[in-house]
Amino acid sequence: MARTRIYVPRETAAVSVGADEVALAIAQVSKKNGSKIELIRNGSWGASWLEPLVEVEVDGARIAYANVSASDVESLFDSDFIKGGEHERRLGPTIEIPYLINQDRWTFWRCGLINPLSIEDFEQHQGFKALTKAFSEGAESVLASVLASGLRGRGGAGFPTGIKWRTVADAPGEQKYIACNADEGDSGTFSDRILMESDPMGLIESMAIAGFAVGASKGYIYLRSEYPLTHSILSRAIATARDAGWLGDNIKDSGFDFDIELHLGAGSYVCGEETAMLESLEGKKGIVRYKPPLPAIEGLFGKPTVVNNVVTLASVANIINLGGERYAGMGVERSKGTLAFQLAGNIKRGGLVEKSFGITLRELIDDFGGGTASGRPVKAVQVGGPLGAYIPAEHLDTPLDYEAFIAIGAMVGHGGIVVFDDTANMATLARFAMEFCAIESCGKCTPCRIGSTRGVEVVDRMIAGEKREENYDLLVELCDTMEDASLCAMGGMTPYPVRSVLKYFAEDFASSEEAQ
Amino acid sequence: MAKINKTTTSEIVAEFNSKSEMLVQILQTIVGRFGWIPEETIRQLADELNLSRADVHGVVEYYHDFRTSEPGKHIVKICQAEACQAMGSRELTDYAKKTLAMSFHDTENDITLEPIYCLGNCACSPAVMINGKTHGRVDEARFNTLLDELRGSD
Repeated sequence: MARTRIYVPRETAAVSVGADEVALAIAQVSKKNGSKIELIRNGSWGASWLEPLVEVEVDGARIAYANVSASDVESLFDSDFIKGGEHERRLGPTIEIPYLINQDRWTFWRCGLINPLSIEDFEQHQGFKALTKAFSEGAESVLASVLASGLRGRGGAGFPTGIKWRTVADAPGEQKYIACNADEGDSGTFSDRILMESDPMGLIESMAIAGFAVGASKGYIYLRSEYPLTHSILSRAIATARDAGWLGDNIKDSGFDFDIELHLGAGSYVCGEETAMLESLEGKKGIVRYKPPLPAIEGLFGKPTVVNNVVTLASVANIINLGGERYAGMGVERSKGTLAFQLAGNIKRGGLVEKSFGITLRELIDDFGGGTASGRPVKAVQVGGPLGAYIPAEHLDTPLDYEAFIAIGAMVGHGGIVVFDDTANMATLARFAMEFCAIESCGKCTPCRIGSTRGVEVVDRMIAGEKREENYDLLVELCDTMEDASLCAMGGMTPYPVRSVLKYFAEDFASSEEAQ
Repeated sequence: MAKINKTTTSEIVAEFNSKSEMLVQILQTIVGRFGWIPEETIRQLADELNLSRADVHGVVEYYHDFRTSEPGKHIVKICQAEACQAMGSRELTDYAKKTLAMSFHDTENDITLEPIYCLGNCACSPAVMINGKTHGRVDEARFNTLLDELRGSD
């Protein structure tokens, strides 16, 4: 009799709530009672609220058991879960979980499905098909498909990827680079991490396609050090791809050379800014550069460089497989395709939701997220990381689309959605925005370096009820200066959350005073 | 944790082919293996990588990960970022400081307590990292259990 496949995710969220202990218990109990199983450590489907999500393959279908703890394992075996038996943890077939089937999985479709470290599994699920197709159709065809897809940078800035790639392809020079920004430092975001832990070879393949398209023989991944498990999975995946001849010289006799070097960050938030990241990749302090020159012209070590976020790059393989027009057929207006939204903070069903642009915040938070974890009303939602505005409940019907968000003084950013219930004190969060900027500022420009510290002081005076109107005006003026005169988004966008608190939640400054 | 010395420093520099552009990676490797970067290591790195001491010092000072004093045997980091705040990390931080009778960046009884800004575990907030492992959905009771496990491991 064949061994029954049991899947237990090795992904940070799952492991953070006990997946390793569950896997160990399954191995021990199956050994003890002689069950013939094959334990597979897959990635995550992204439904973090169900983790650890254990799946058993029964007659070709995967049956899910949610929120399994090590102490459940004995009783799962007693309930014959290896044949899909009934148990209080049993959810039913994975492919029937509404949270998953209601998504538009384009970039994350292999996540959870495959063993991320098995090249056979990857190849059986269309792995390296797009790269092979790129080799046969040529670089110009790849550039045309990416441009036609309308794909924009998913790291937050939303710059058209096709134009960036074209610029690098056309830039003179023998040596060019692909630099993958995996410094996912925004609170409320984890889509890069889920992708790298669940489908690392998907990223590797897409980076090779980017290299082939623009004429770069070397790629770098700049991964934040806060992701040690990701580092372990990604470095093994790179070695595996290299051993199989998918990285290195003359890949599969295509005449194309490409290899990837994995670098670790060291805890600096600003290194997520593209030029600071390049400085850090060169072994220096992560201090932002003036632009121009753009990295596409003078990037890493002064050479033309494609700097793209993980999700941006990973979206490319399917654009090559299925065509740019198909990708452009999803989404709205100038926001084409899908975004991996991340439901985080005070939310009942947190996790990753890859969905076409145009869905509203309310649909994401209520239909997917199930409302707040606390069950209390939503007070504010921060979209796009610590530099994103706090959106009040009355704006929850805004569609997720780059331009619609700009219109309400907010940004879609990297798609992180952090929900706060009505117990949140927004004055405290405005103070935190300034404080975070003061801690993380690289120090190169004055508005950011000094402005953030002064910002904390002004907010403190407002909270203390000291000359509140004068300090309100001062804070607005400070925000203007930071926004207009900072070199990068760190100082330039820290005012966004602060202004949104002043605009929508000014009463929280008063309540702070009363509380004192 | 082992103590870094001249030989181990040279070995790490050699692992990165003595390339100065690998300085951040070299420092990260040193912190990963030895926990911190002593002053004499900074001097040695400057010599071996043909950089000025100011260059190396600047990089060490710039990044949060590069500690210049010896940490405790165990490093406990509590996420301070917004998603964790939405799930009570401020309260958890106060509780941890009280329970451990220490502030951030202090080292007492083999434990170093540090803030961290996002572990990417924002759907399972609040998050805590202990000795490089991320834990999610950490309430006060679970924090105590994790501390007990830590003390039990000594």
